[in-house]
Amino acid sequence: MKMTRRQLLVLLPAAAVAWEHVLAGTPEASPNYDMTEHWWGMLIDITKCIGCGSCVRACQLENHVPDDYFRTWVERYHVTDWEMEYPKVDSPGGGKNGFRPAREEGGKNFFVPKLCNHCADSPCTQVCPVGATFVSPDGVVLVDQKYCLGCRYCVQACPYGCRFINPNTKTANKCTLCYHRITKGLTTACCEVCPTATRQLADLKNPKDPIHEFLKTHSVQVLKPHLATGSKCFYYGLDGAVR
Amino acid sequence: MQIPVEGFMYPNEVELQWSVLIVLYPFLTGLVAGAFILASLERVFRVEEVKPTYRLALLTALAFLMIAPLPLQLHLGHPERSFEMYLTPHTSSAMAMFGFVYLWYLLAVLVLEIWLDYRRDIVVMSQSTTGWKRLIYRALTLGSSNISERALEIDERAGWLITVIGIPSAFLLHGYVGFIFGSVKANPWWSSPLMPVVFLFSAMVSGIAIVMLLYMFLCWVRDEEIDMRCVDTVAKYLFYTFIVDFSLEMLDLIHRIYEADESFRSLDFMVHSRLYFSHILLQILLGTLAPIGLLALTQVLKLPEGQRKHIYALAGCLTMVGIFAMRWNVVIGGQLFSKSFLGYTTYKMGFVAREGLLTAIILTILPFVILAVLIKFLPPWPEKSTAAISAAASAD
Repeated sequence: MKMTRRQLLVLLPAAAVAWEHVLAGTPEASPNYDMTEHWWGMLIDITKCIGCGSCVRACQLENHVPDDYFRTWVERYHVTDWEMEYPKVDSPGGGKNGFRPAREEGGKNFFVPKLCNHCADSPCTQVCPVGATFVSPDGVVLVDQKYCLGCRYCVQACPYGCRFINPNTKTANKCTLCYHRITKGLTTACCEVCPTATRQLADLKNPKDPIHEFLKTHSVQVLKPHLATGSKCFYYGLDGAVR
Repeated sequence: MQIPVEGFMYPNEVELQWSVLIVLYPFLTGLVAGAFILASLERVFRVEEVKPTYRLALLTALAFLMIAPLPLQLHLGHPERSFEMYLTPHTSSAMAMFGFVYLWYLLAVLVLEIWLDYRRDIVVMSQSTTGWKRLIYRALTLGSSNISERALEIDERAGWLITVIGIPSAFLLHGYVGFIFGSVKANPWWSSPLMPVVFLFSAMVSGIAIVMLLYMFLCWVRDEEIDMRCVDTVAKYLFYTFIVDFSLEMLDLIHRIYEADESFRSLDFMVHSRLYFSHILLQILLGTLAPIGLLALTQVLKLPEGQRKHIYALAGCLTMVGIFAMRWNVVIGGQLFSKSFLGYTTYKMGFVAREGLLTAIILTILPFVILAVLIKFLPPWPEKSTAAISAAASAD
């Protein structure tokens, strides 16, 4: 085939784009996964959490989370008697290396693991100017890293402080509920390593998931329910002092 | 760099997300909206007294509007992707609509109105000047050199119509900036339906003040008499708008204090500690009550011209300080406390940094440089254009 110089110039950019796709390879396939059959959430049993920080460490390793930023973290609450509006809270290093023994005498101490609540009506996806962050058909709030502008509006809009700007990519980052794992039938890294089964991944669309039995028979709560975000992180044993 | 924290913050909250550049952005757009609304007083409401500031107000609005998106661009993690807001806007996002409101305001309102208003001058200049200036003016005529009475009459009507459309557009431009903050339900310092209205009135206050200051300054530079009838009227409008603005802000404050919801203790502590200087001293006392008091003096007492000039200049400068402090307190103040209401962080501003003080200073000065260039090419003084027209007429 004979090609003119003009034709070659026209074809070169197209060839460059095509080559980029060849180099990128094919995404890891999850051939049996159907997004429409799932609706993911998480159950967190506060009464079981021992504040060991394994979940934080596992998340950071699994998802290459930069130091001093957190996709999940653990808070320790100390509530004295009835003054639940003014609890003492700490989370040194996000609870990554556990906690020193509590100094406070009396009252109650407990740990609260936190992560993205994967809200069904998430304020963070609402404000994204380009729709780079979205709720997937299976109910996971995700960020398209190649599309995010890094405007930080979503970070401001999240009531739970679950988002941050990754200093390496300059884009919004957050818990993906280990999407790369759950679409392959695995559980999340934090659930996998939790020694007390405090965290349990839940598929709300699967009628056989034990979450349904648990929700029917226990008093559960979500964080900041007055904000009506449609949170899918269900807490059992959540104290009124928790923010 | 260790950021000092008091109490408990969610671990990702310690670092502030929106810097001084985001403080600058509503400050600059506010000046645009305010200056345009002042200009519209003459055009639509036929307030003849403010005519000497009409063109200056339009050029000021254009100069500030050209720079307004720059702080946003510099703040983005990926500025090269910002055009995606135009290509694939997320319609539920207040920020996404900014691009369109901005473009609409810049191209459909401001540039068109300035062009129509200056068209006769531009045509005359394209004939009376020589060299590269002539080329620029020729380009600015956009190929239309018809300045017959009939054509100018059409210009006048079109200009009037654009100003009428421009007033709600200016309201939209700054009202939506308030909405960007006011609609964040996660943040009680911002979340308020009053926010767009407060932003709008503070914008009018700052815009009127900057045009008044610029007019007085330029008269001084050009060694010309200040039209006191004009400045007195502008100052009167500034005074009334300021009272409405202050009342709205106080209404918001009183409402918060009386309602005292779960966030109140935290916000109250912040106002009495970290924001005491910028909120109580700079914004309320120095930047609002002082200029309102000064302007009230000129309304109540019959002061001599010299004293009035000094008072207006001082009140105008204090107003600018107050409005900038207001933007600071909204943007920075809204990020200093934890959404858990249990702790406070600190804002550390760099000097020579992408989002540092030096960048902010440069971005504040830039609109004035642009304004100087605009004034050079499109003099807002009536006598200049009249002289040029007569020169052109004699050349013919």
